[in-house]
Amino acid sequence: MDVGRFIVIIISMVFINNFILSKFLGLCSFIGVSKEIKPAVGMGMAVIFVTTMSSMITWFIYRFLLIPFDLTYLRTLSFILVIASFVQFVEMVVRKTVPILYRAFGIYLPLITVNCAVLGVAVLNSDTFFMGAKAEAGGFLFSTVQGFFAGVGYLMAMLLMSGIRERLDLTDAPEAMKGVPLAFVIASLMSLAFMGFSGFKLH
Amino acid sequence: MKKLIKEFTKGIVLENPTFALVLGLCPTLAVSTTVENAIGMGIAATFVLLGSNIIISSLRNFIPDRIRIPCFIVVIATFVTITELLMKAYFPALNRALGIYVPLIVVNCIVLGRAEAFACKNNVMHSLFDAIGMGTGFTLALIIIAAIREFLGNGTLLGFKIVKNFEPVTVMVLAPGALLTIGLLIALINFLHKIKKSKLNLERLGCDGCR
Repeated sequence: MDVGRFIVIIISMVFINNFILSKFLGLCSFIGVSKEIKPAVGMGMAVIFVTTMSSMITWFIYRFLLIPFDLTYLRTLSFILVIASFVQFVEMVVRKTVPILYRAFGIYLPLITVNCAVLGVAVLNSDTFFMGAKAEAGGFLFSTVQGFFAGVGYLMAMLLMSGIRERLDLTDAPEAMKGVPLAFVIASLMSLAFMGFSGFKLH
Repeated sequence: MKKLIKEFTKGIVLENPTFALVLGLCPTLAVSTTVENAIGMGIAATFVLLGSNIIISSLRNFIPDRIRIPCFIVVIATFVTITELLMKAYFPALNRALGIYVPLIVVNCIVLGRAEAFACKNNVMHSLFDAIGMGTGFTLALIIIAAIREFLGNGTLLGFKIVKNFEPVTVMVLAPGALLTIGLLIALINFLHKIKKSKLNLERLGCDGCR
């Protein structure tokens, strides 16, 4: 197993191709939930869980259902349905069995179903790790790692943003800039800072 | 007839999906690097919106209320798949430029939002005009953002050079430029609204807003 490949995937997902700051996936929840640190962390944790699990599930579907039966054009349809029902299922299970966990991040689960980041990572996995409809060796592990660290990158961006926005409340910004517009400008500056990581040479 | 025209025009200005409702930002920001991509994305999204609105509004009496969201998603995903296949066959260059954002139309909040808020309550004709209006509004907003970014970041519009001796600000076609542009545009709209003494409700935001 090639360890270097894993490191490349991790650094690329968390820093260089950060889902929010360079690919704009999951931007809506990023602006919507990042007003305070606590909900931002809960949301981030929920996203990590869902992206990891959905990466695994969609890999199996793509590898053992869509490719053998030559149905790859049904990718979008099958992925979104499986992800949506999986998230719904997890929400029900967590609510019944671990109420504490449910209160910590379960309430964010339904929001994630239509989060672009989750479908985005599934589509990205099937684009990256299946060369010409043939599964790459170790593709399952790569997909899982890519899903997990896409979530980690999301959590990190959420954490940074909510920390900044908590302080922004005290600033004396122009009336028209308050709230959402200012959040976008801050996100733009963060994204500018993250562009610095694209200087990494990864082989 | 008057009502149909109203359904059409409200999507363009008053309830513009991008600037007034702030929905579907992910594709808006990602593909607005050039006006050409913006038009392609706008037409693709309009087609999906049109198809899903027509099907959902004609099936609105048959879809059980409790499982309506999965039903909507199936209909929308079907039209997204059609779009994807058509685009791959006839516009391969555009398909490459838009990349993974074509399948992601399925999670675009505008489409699901219109199905939930309009198509499942109104008849086919009204839903059709609503879809065309919303699609046009989305496309226009995309074109405005893309025109600003392409001009400042590349010095061109639709690929043609506009001004001589213009040093392009490359960062505008990269990720930070997109966020900056949309931030300042929303601030401008807020400002204009404040002059008219009617403040926009920007808290109802994004994907969370349509759930």
